[in-house]
Amino acid sequence: MELKQSQDIPIPVAQVWSALNDEQILAQAIPGCQELTKISDTELTATVKLKVGPVSATFVGEVTLSELNPPHSYVISGSGKGGVAGGATGSARVDLEAIDNGNATRLTYDVDASVTGKIAQLGSRLIESTAKKLATKFFTDFIAILSPESEQS
Amino acid sequence: MPEGTMNQGIGASVRRKEDKKFITGKGRYTDDINRNGQLYAYFIRSDVAHANIKNINVNAAAKCEGVVAVYTGEDIAADGIGGPICGWTPTNRDGSAPKEPPHPLLAVGKVRYVGDHIAVVIAESLEAAQAASEKIVIDLDNLPAVVDPATAIGNTQIHDEMDDNVYFDWELGDETATADALGGADKVIELTVTNNRVIPNAIEPRAAVAEYDEIEDRYTLYTSSQNPHLTRLVMAAFMMQIPESKLHVVAPDVGGGFGSKIYIYPEEAVCTWAAKKLRKPVKWTADRTQAFLGDAHGRDHVNKVKLGLDKNNKIVGLRVDTIANLGAYLSAFSMVTPTYLHGTLLSGCYDIPAIYTNVKGVCTTTVNVDAYRGAGRPEATYLLERTMDYAARQIGMDPAEFRRINFIPKDAFPYQTAVALQYDIGDYEPALDKAMEMIDYANFGSRQAEAAKRGKYRGIGLSSYIEACGIAPSAVVGTLGARVGLYESAVVRVDPTGTISVFTGAHSHGQGHDTTFAQIVADKLGVPIDSIDIVHGDTDRIPFGMGTYGSRSLAVGGTAISKAVDKVIEKGKIIAAHMMEAAETDLEFKDGKFTVAGTDKEKSFGEIALSAYVPHNFPHDRLEPGLEETAFYDPLNFTYPAGTHICEVEIDPATGVVDIVDWAACDDFGNLINPMIVEGQVHGGIAQGVGQALLENAHYNEDGQLLTASYMDYCMPRADNLPSLKIDYTVTACTHNDLGVKGCGEAGAIASPPAVINAIVDALSVVGVTDMSMPATTEKIWRAINDATAKAAE
Repeated sequence: MELKQSQDIPIPVAQVWSALNDEQILAQAIPGCQELTKISDTELTATVKLKVGPVSATFVGEVTLSELNPPHSYVISGSGKGGVAGGATGSARVDLEAIDNGNATRLTYDVDASVTGKIAQLGSRLIESTAKKLATKFFTDFIAILSPESEQS
Repeated sequence: MPEGTMNQGIGASVRRKEDKKFITGKGRYTDDINRNGQLYAYFIRSDVAHANIKNINVNAAAKCEGVVAVYTGEDIAADGIGGPICGWTPTNRDGSAPKEPPHPLLAVGKVRYVGDHIAVVIAESLEAAQAASEKIVIDLDNLPAVVDPATAIGNTQIHDEMDDNVYFDWELGDETATADALGGADKVIELTVTNNRVIPNAIEPRAAVAEYDEIEDRYTLYTSSQNPHLTRLVMAAFMMQIPESKLHVVAPDVGGGFGSKIYIYPEEAVCTWAAKKLRKPVKWTADRTQAFLGDAHGRDHVNKVKLGLDKNNKIVGLRVDTIANLGAYLSAFSMVTPTYLHGTLLSGCYDIPAIYTNVKGVCTTTVNVDAYRGAGRPEATYLLERTMDYAARQIGMDPAEFRRINFIPKDAFPYQTAVALQYDIGDYEPALDKAMEMIDYANFGSRQAEAAKRGKYRGIGLSSYIEACGIAPSAVVGTLGARVGLYESAVVRVDPTGTISVFTGAHSHGQGHDTTFAQIVADKLGVPIDSIDIVHGDTDRIPFGMGTYGSRSLAVGGTAISKAVDKVIEKGKIIAAHMMEAAETDLEFKDGKFTVAGTDKEKSFGEIALSAYVPHNFPHDRLEPGLEETAFYDPLNFTYPAGTHICEVEIDPATGVVDIVDWAACDDFGNLINPMIVEGQVHGGIAQGVGQALLENAHYNEDGQLLTASYMDYCMPRADNLPSLKIDYTVTACTHNDLGVKGCGEAGAIASPPAVINAIVDALSVVGVTDMSMPATTEKIWRAINDATAKAAE
């Protein structure tokens, strides 16, 4: 499954970049994230609870950051195992582009993901819509966390 | 016929004796069997299509509460336990043997399809086994999946033993003669025909309960199988490597098989092996998803067809090049299904002087593909009948007339085809005529015009099929690579009080043997069917048997019973002659009575039975007590059912919805024993074929994930997909079995898919559609209509 979308964020690139490397912010923004632990600058472990169609599972997996080009782009990839529910692997190339005279950022993400096991067998028709929904929720929450209003509150 | 046996013999529509227990929920299936202290097995299956196994760590799982053992492929290998084998291997066209890579019961080194068995947890409860399975850590190194048979050859290598992913490369027929015929033809019709992949979906999933008796050093396996003796033979000799007599296999009531329960799968063998290792009974029952993932699938062929016609539209030659997807591992009949059960049927009902076919069986990272209701014959019929229809359209001839002029004429039997088979008897025109009359083919045009007024596209489609069932004889199949014989056994035991037990090696899993077989015995002995018990499915009770598949039970198993009954009658005559002090040659048996010709002396069957067991004055040098006879019957040839099915559809162009509005089936099954059961078999077969044609499709994505692994995505036919079916028969009695019977179990599934697709193409021909693939879903039809309309507008 492939998914490419972009999102404008009313925050400068440098700030978005540092947030994308901040496991506490990521942990808040990733839907269903129960735990996110930084192992090194480029490695994290995650526990995420998700529901795809009729299958709900807790995924335990590793997240790796690569092709780092601060503060412009990186590739975030991960693989998670959800026990009987199956597994998921995927990677997303994230590009940040300064817009609005440097006051805002256009974030483009290009996701390539695949699922295995019960999630594929029972939820295949729902994967794409679920992925879109989860990506949208991630960025909505991510922006909300970063936005000046939330910083003030 | 004596009172009480009226309307119970051959030809009577007797209600099925077995149905009372089934419709009241009293059937006893494998999962209903529980043994004291039994353990439960849960199999961990691969969730990726293709990967090297780097490591499997079972330590945490083994320590879980309730867990008795966790085994991997290494444990199986350490005990020298073998995997499933292929029961029939064709020879490659270069004379070499096909490749048969091993199929370990639990994966060793590699997994090769989603669902491949990696490990088994055996615990005190299923829940404990399942929970512990979550603790197994499996480290896999993923490899590319190979899913599409058309591109499998030379793709990523799946087995070390096979560098090109080709199990076999087989041919049949005369290539040069066929090339010459096509070269000299007036017209050559070319068509690519794909036969979609389907999943068997028996109501009862596979199951096993295995136990080991330490004192007797003997195993018992209860399993949902179509052929318990084959299971015993293969498991004892090739897998467990134990004396055959030390394995007792019972297939109790079995809720459908459609071919998928012929084969011996890893689960049954692992449970049997573990039962001895743990000295406790081990039980396993598949859930529905496991059935989707692990039961052998069916069909999955891609064919390139060339049909040559002369200037009078007579067929002069046929060439078919087939790629058959056999999946990741071979199973019992996976190599014979696309070869000897497919290539040999390519002449259909037609007089075709030159035929050549090449079949390549390819390996992919999908579950194994094997025989499924019809096994090779539906695939052959589909490609031939689609091509016949396509050709008729190309040459502008009525498809019924085009078939008629190419039929093998009635006086040409026995007819030797260009592809090895010799049809003993048949007469195809009367079945075509009758089916056309039943559906009122002549007035189709007015129905089509009336439908057009309502905005509907109406189409009619024919399928004139032949099939070969009751695979035989053993001497021939042996030379063609079969590793088994294809006879059947029967024991007819008459008790002192005249009740009769019939032990048959055929296995009923929905076919109604308890009734049909009893009718044969009742008819021949003149006794009521209620006095006859049919016993099957138990290797300790039945001498030997090849089980039930390929529509063989009546033609082969029924004939064996008939022959055993004949032996009982012969012995009865000797007893009666002795009792009535007459010459044996003067004895006659009719309507349940032994009579002395030309006298009024008679003894009833019951009197003879009693006397056989109370032999107070038998001449023991000439006459043994008892009345029990055994027959093994090895047929001389296949039987060849044939007929014509005609399907009429209406399509709503706004939605693409297909409504099958009428169906006429005229089949020649030879003599009918129980017309009601035959009609039921035809109904079921048509429904299954309609399912494949309109709805069913097993879909693996490019990663090798089975996306249709539940009823949310795999659509089965339902009552509202079918009209009331018009069923009738013609009869040419089989020439080489005592009963004159053929087989009827698969015919509906063989005949119906092309009839549906031909009707759909006919309906859509108004907008210029010339072909349609299966399943012809609503969406596909809607798109075809819209694409064709858009193209026409350009």
